[in-house]
Amino acid sequence: MKDLYVVIVGCGRLGSQLANALSRLGMGVVAIDSSDSAFSGLSRAYSGFRVEGDATEPAVLRAAKMDKADLVIATTRDDNVNLMVAQTARTLFSVPRVMARVFDPKRERMYRALGIEPVCPTVLAVEAFMNIIRNQEDKADAS
Amino acid sequence: MKTIITGGGKAVYFLCRAFLSKGWEVAVVNPDQEECEQMARKLRALVIKGDGSDPAILEDAGARGADAVVAATPDDATNLAVCQLAKIEFDVPRALAMVGDPDNEEIFRMLGITVFCATSVMASMIEQRAALEEITNLMPLAEGKVNITEMALSPDSPAVGRTLRDLALPPNSLIAVVMRDGKAIVPRGDTCLQASDRVILITLPDNHGPVIKIMTGESR
Repeated sequence: MKDLYVVIVGCGRLGSQLANALSRLGMGVVAIDSSDSAFSGLSRAYSGFRVEGDATEPAVLRAAKMDKADLVIATTRDDNVNLMVAQTARTLFSVPRVMARVFDPKRERMYRALGIEPVCPTVLAVEAFMNIIRNQEDKADAS
Repeated sequence: MKTIITGGGKAVYFLCRAFLSKGWEVAVVNPDQEECEQMARKLRALVIKGDGSDPAILEDAGARGADAVVAATPDDATNLAVCQLAKIEFDVPRALAMVGDPDNEEIFRMLGITVFCATSVMASMIEQRAALEEITNLMPLAEGKVNITEMALSPDSPAVGRTLRDLALPPNSLIAVVMRDGKAIVPRGDTCLQASDRVILITLPDNHGPVIKIMTGESR
């Protein structure tokens, strides 16, 4: 786990927290974002790199040494950008493991069909809420 | 032929008009409300306001049963998503994407999407045109491995008055068509070139320069 080299595309709330957490585990991390101000979300303890640029330009991904990455996580706000970055990582840079955030649950199926592991915040939130509701009902039944 | 075009602006409007004039059935998906209203007034096409990379929108546009999808938004990632959605979810046989960044051409091709890179075509046209004014048209084909060039022969061209056989063009090059007095001639070895002929050349990138030199006498 420690020697993994991870490229995180999109350094918003999700991307920056993920970058902080992975860096804390001792992994090599590179965070990419099109806006320099996005990097303010990175913690002081973050020991990885920052690359400013548009991730739909292969030159930017090359600058982030994506060809060396063990894992790429696409977390930008734009589903299409995430899909494209994930596929570029897989086909052009032969990255062994690629994950992407997808906002629109309707698109999840296509991500899977293309060999990308999707994480959909809406689906996760629904599950979390349902679990809480179920637990409360169980407790009510038990009492 | 049933075609869906996603995107906006003048280029998409004229593309629609061109397809409609061929008698094709056309649907446009455009995210801009105002443009949609204008297009719906001016074109006999189905116009849908929305994002073509949304499966529900693409389905509304008739993706199921469409023969081709042309993704022409200014955003490369959106165009890729539209084309893949069309192919994977709706089994559309042909998907064509416009790309802005020439570096993305390779990736799109690796993913099985046909691409059209306006930037590359324009750059190559400007480059060739800057070199020689007689060249009025140049189009790279087959991923830029083949060039089709149209040029006018000036009276002082060394090729004027010579037959194709004498010209001795390098291997892998061809004078495909000679336009003379408004007529197209497919030339043979004994065809003699005349001043003010327009010729259509087929060349490869590595012999393009030498062929142009033979035709014009100038090196580029």
